[in-house]
Amino acid sequence: MDTIHACFKEKIGEVLLPGDVFSFRLPESGDGSIKSEKIICGPGLRRNGEEVRVCKSGILRHKQPNMYWIDSQQRRYVPAKGESVIGIVTTKSGDVFKVDVGGSEQASLSYLAFEGATKRNRPNVQVGDLVYGQFTIANKDMEPELVCIDSCGRANGMGVFGADGLLFKVSLGLVRRLLAPQSEIIKDLEKIFPFELVVGMNGRVWVKAKTVQQTLIVTNLLETSENMTSQQRQTLFKRVAEGSL
Amino acid sequence: MTRMSATRGLCMRTMMELDQSCSVLREYGSEQSLLSKPDGSSTFVQGDTSILAGVYGPAEVKVSKEIYDRATVEVLIQPKMGLPGVRERAREQCVRETCEAALLLTLHPRSSVTVVLQVIHDDGSLLSCCLNAACMALMDAGLPMSHLFCGVTCAISKEGQIIIDPTARQEKECRALLTFAIDSAECNVLISSTTGSFSVQELQQCIAISQKASEQIFQFYRDSVKRRYSKIQ
Repeated sequence: MDTIHACFKEKIGEVLLPGDVFSFRLPESGDGSIKSEKIICGPGLRRNGEEVRVCKSGILRHKQPNMYWIDSQQRRYVPAKGESVIGIVTTKSGDVFKVDVGGSEQASLSYLAFEGATKRNRPNVQVGDLVYGQFTIANKDMEPELVCIDSCGRANGMGVFGADGLLFKVSLGLVRRLLAPQSEIIKDLEKIFPFELVVGMNGRVWVKAKTVQQTLIVTNLLETSENMTSQQRQTLFKRVAEGSL
Repeated sequence: MTRMSATRGLCMRTMMELDQSCSVLREYGSEQSLLSKPDGSSTFVQGDTSILAGVYGPAEVKVSKEIYDRATVEVLIQPKMGLPGVRERAREQCVRETCEAALLLTLHPRSSVTVVLQVIHDDGSLLSCCLNAACMALMDAGLPMSHLFCGVTCAISKEGQIIIDPTARQEKECRALLTFAIDSAECNVLISSTTGSFSVQELQQCIAISQKASEQIFQFYRDSVKRRYSKIQ
């Protein structure tokens, strides 16, 4: 059994706190050759010499073959490259829009980064509009940059949206659970009535159903399912579907 | 609210029996993520002393307070009544310096971390309660930290007895009052705030007792975070 994996494996699914340490000695085999092992440390884990330190509180998760990260329930978003988010356009200045994505700095969005946009043909974006976009630049030292097209120049679902409907904020942990493939919460919710849903990795969720009342029901159910076990959630959803709530 | 009794039987608190005197903290409790607006929030209750903490960050920062290679930490203590004064400012500085030591601020340059501490009731050991509430709220906000910290207050009575986690009345009657912030990695002292006169030996004893007591508080942190994550598979 390899040593680095062994010390991680026994903690998978456990709650860890900042300051917890995984220490490992690089294995020294008898013939002097160092067997190289690789692990990938995701959010919440930091390497510090011969040890890996936990820097966020949360549950240790593992993905085959060698990825480990801390799953935490934070509220504040920190932009990361490639993630899709819901932003609110705050200002139009020259050839870029400033977009509030909930991070520490506003992201910039070029007017050319929309499907079919050219210097002549400007996209119709107003201050206050919601945009669904993807980060092309996101690091701690630079201003984050959004685009609303993929690498082929197609919108692919991105762009301005949300003529009506409701935007609200949930924790980042819930968003990740909603976006997971085969998400149980979404599956349970679909059974009640049809609705449109846009989920951004920055904790913003936009919902639109047939009536305002139904929109509010979906909103409230999503907000409450944050702190529920799957069983509690299913009983609540069943009661709503029956119309007793 | 998670509440756990830290009182393990009243034992003789003599100067010689250091091991026995240390385990008498008042009953303490905490709750996390109770406010909806801040990024992280917590309450911390030690006996009758109670603090409500909210953390905002990493958020936008004023240009005048911007630091190019790390986040700016701001701590605000709101007293129960009236406006914050000099005493609050002194406490704010203690808490701020402790937070700066624990947080990995270089990961969020040109941003701000604001910790707001509202005093709900003061019955002694206010600074240590502030530190504990701030640590829990920072943890709740998910800010990157190199280690945790906690605060422990010791009072030395006129007879030379060391009282840990004193009440307001005990604080008033004591000869010296010492508050330490202790980190979870190596149990080192991060800051110390003292009033009154005491000998070097007494200082050493108080530090030793605080370090012992900090283990209980760190265990309590772990238990309450576990409870918070218990509903997520």
